[in-house]
Amino acid sequence: MSTTTIDVQRKREVIEKAVIRFCGDSGDGMQITGSQFTNTVALYGNDLATFPDYPAEIRAPAGTLPGVSGFQVHFSSSDVYTPGDSVDALVAMNPAALKMNLADLKKNGILIVNLDSFKETDLRKAQMTQNPLEDHSLDGYRLFSVELQRLTRAALKDVGLDAKSMDRCKNFFALGMCYWLYNRPMDSTIRWIEDKFKSKPQLVEANRLALQAGYSYCEATEAFQISYEIPPAKLAPGVYRNISGNTALALGFVAASKKAGIPLFLGSYPITPASDILHELSQYKDFGVITFQAEDEIAAITSAIGAAYSGALGITTTSGPGMALKTEALGLAVAVELPIVVCDIQRGGPSTGLPTKTEQADLLQAFFGRNSEAPIPVLAPSTPGDCFWIALEASRIAIKYMLPVIILSDGYLANGAEPWKIPQASELPDIPVTFVTNPEGFQPYRRDPETLARPWAVPGTPGLQHRIGGLEKQDVSGNVSYDPLNHEHMVRLRAEKVEMVANEIPDVVPEGAPAGDLLIVSWGSTHGAITAAVKAQIAKGNRSIGHVHLRYLNPLPRNLGDVIKRYKQVLVPEMNMGQLLIVLRAKYLVDAHGYNKIQGKPFKQAEIEQKIEEMLD
Amino acid sequence: MTTATLPIHTKKDFQTDQEVRWCPGCGDYAILSAAQSVFAEMGIPREKFVIVSGIGCSSRFPYYMNTYGFHSIHGRAPAVATGIKIVRPDLEVWIATGDGDSLSIGGNHTIHMLRRNVGIKVLLFNNRIYGLTKGQYSPTSELGKKTKSTPFGTADRPFNPISLAIGSEATFVARSVDVFQQHLKETLRKAAAHKGSAYIEILQNCNIFNDGAWEDLTEKDARSEHIVQLEHGKPLIFGKNRDKGIRRSGFGLEVVHLGNGITEKDLLVHDENHPKANYAFMLAHMELRPGLPTPIGVLRACENIPRYEDLIAEQIQNVQAKRGKGNLDELLHAGDTWEVRP
Repeated sequence: MSTTTIDVQRKREVIEKAVIRFCGDSGDGMQITGSQFTNTVALYGNDLATFPDYPAEIRAPAGTLPGVSGFQVHFSSSDVYTPGDSVDALVAMNPAALKMNLADLKKNGILIVNLDSFKETDLRKAQMTQNPLEDHSLDGYRLFSVELQRLTRAALKDVGLDAKSMDRCKNFFALGMCYWLYNRPMDSTIRWIEDKFKSKPQLVEANRLALQAGYSYCEATEAFQISYEIPPAKLAPGVYRNISGNTALALGFVAASKKAGIPLFLGSYPITPASDILHELSQYKDFGVITFQAEDEIAAITSAIGAAYSGALGITTTSGPGMALKTEALGLAVAVELPIVVCDIQRGGPSTGLPTKTEQADLLQAFFGRNSEAPIPVLAPSTPGDCFWIALEASRIAIKYMLPVIILSDGYLANGAEPWKIPQASELPDIPVTFVTNPEGFQPYRRDPETLARPWAVPGTPGLQHRIGGLEKQDVSGNVSYDPLNHEHMVRLRAEKVEMVANEIPDVVPEGAPAGDLLIVSWGSTHGAITAAVKAQIAKGNRSIGHVHLRYLNPLPRNLGDVIKRYKQVLVPEMNMGQLLIVLRAKYLVDAHGYNKIQGKPFKQAEIEQKIEEMLD
Repeated sequence: MTTATLPIHTKKDFQTDQEVRWCPGCGDYAILSAAQSVFAEMGIPREKFVIVSGIGCSSRFPYYMNTYGFHSIHGRAPAVATGIKIVRPDLEVWIATGDGDSLSIGGNHTIHMLRRNVGIKVLLFNNRIYGLTKGQYSPTSELGKKTKSTPFGTADRPFNPISLAIGSEATFVARSVDVFQQHLKETLRKAAAHKGSAYIEILQNCNIFNDGAWEDLTEKDARSEHIVQLEHGKPLIFGKNRDKGIRRSGFGLEVVHLGNGITEKDLLVHDENHPKANYAFMLAHMELRPGLPTPIGVLRACENIPRYEDLIAEQIQNVQAKRGKGNLDELLHAGDTWEVRP
């Protein structure tokens, strides 16, 4: 695939794609290093996907295995669907990072290690008895042992920092090396350094010098015989930015509020991996965004319900354990029929589980996790950028039908990033909002015949005083009613209202074969790995496979049942024990098979391909 | 606000067509009546009122008030109300709650609403029992109380709601009694005039499950001996013949008899605006000491503390004044971008 050109001094090979992973101690700044590399390749025009992987501990003891933090970037001149199954280049800042990550490095892959951190004490902290740099265990890789600490200190000797502060810059030395290795300019990172440390000129100087020293080191030494060039990808024309799922959700809600012409109110309690949405939205006071850091998860959602009652777009953001706490209030939102959006950024469970690792095991909780019959529409974004569109769509549905809507994102989408084509504000759909003002014939539960939505009657409106609450309502009047037939009627009405949302859901169109041997049905963040796997399998000649990726989970697209019937077998890969599988089997009486991975890590493309091949065998 | 154009409501305007379903003889009727009267006097259109409640007998209150009403879930009224008040600071938001709703399941929301000083008025119906679930003890039940769930008596020490509210940095804390109609109305008026959070404990009888809950205090003969009515700027005097007073004694208070050289000048003069919370604590803790009367009235009223919703609105205004109103296209294009040309 690749063509080779000869540089004046060195070989520069043009390649299609590369996967690089930075790993080190949680204190080594690997997330920043990875983000900077990502930004640089994004600005260059590569398609990309990232996978930040960090421990739940803020600072586990330095140099130990639990303290290892990593950031993986897959960048390419063609379409990228996943952060990559394995890595072409691994930067390991210490023995612990090397031990935890080496298995993912390809044979003959590039391995850059910090030689200064392979002393006996460092090895002991990583529970290693032998020095891998000396025992030939790394012979299968292109090993570059670099004295990152000594070289960084030497580069910074005139800045006037103490040794500890100088050592903190060594990640930028490593980043500079990688920029050389992949022929990337340093200017966007230098701009970032200047902005980040603008009140500390000494640190601007130090980090810039470290970065440039790393670059020059590669240029000057003979160690690196080759560097790589990955041309820009052929993305659809437009203006792009790099975006993570959590940022995209936040922007989607700001857009929804603007398009609906009502204020955005976020009630939230900090929880990993959802907190970044709160951080992001708290910046947008210029958009009138109200962020309320509540005393707990319950206050977070109930304040959002109060805000929705008062005419705002009420949203709340959380993860699994918080979702469990919001359960009763979700039922209240169903009963009082007010528009709120609840974002569950799923993580490994049960209980506290794996706070920083991804999972999609809250699907059935979103479907059924409330007392009694309390159906709620459920949507799931499929990529980081899609989070923007899902936030917009969830808000639109909540307002149009006057009900709560759940968004199921996950840790992988939340922190992962991809190039995102920025839409024009004027192209975004309007979200019509009607506040009822006419007291003539007003009844709090008189419904719009098309949507079954009840009127949105905001406190302060003269003549519309009325009472709502969690007790069963008499249809139309909204008065408290214990009438048995009315109760059944109301239960059915609330369910019907959710079902009506399906009228607007686009039919699914399978990727690949429209009918055939195998249909893969998936949802959420598995989109990338499965899309890549299906494309690869089709390219390998398995042309009878189709793939449907669901963004709407409740209600499901109307034609899904018919599509499923067109295939001999159905496979449902999920990062749970088979939750969508249960829904599909129950709803369509189909003998679908699950493929389940519950390791806190996303599927690899190869795993999906292997499963496909097994099924087709 | 122009007062000339305001509609004048009567008490009747605040009544609804819903049949009131509290037990005959319940103290809640008196509280409802007092609230309807005081709301009518306030000269505020009734659509500007929102009553929020949780779960319990008291929480049926919104159904009987012809205003906006939200009967939410157990304990969560302060959080629902906070959402309403932040979005609409112009509304009069009141909470009707009970000792179980506010102090047990909703304790967390209560203390946080009070510390934030959200401009919400709380009517705490304290009958020291769970009425709606038919007679279990509550967080304000006396130690050792025998109830349906504690046949051998409770082992729980009770909350003093006033003390809890002061400890939560509440800016207005008062106590009244269901059967003292005039005092109750006066207390509600004062709460209504307060800008920030107001917490009003209303001693209320449950004639079914805890009859005589406050008999010591409310019984006609005992009343004047067991209650001291706090009035701002006035000495603390009580007793049938108004011959007893309260004065400072070390870090506490003591009862003295007027006469024999002791005059009103020796007594503690009530200062509801006292800047130190320990003054209000001292009053709140009188009831815990035998021989001291229970204080009713406004224990604490701090007027110069900003309301939460105003601070939030101010922040938004300040940022908008500095940055202008947000432009969506600029926001979406923020940070590093690049263009892919056709």
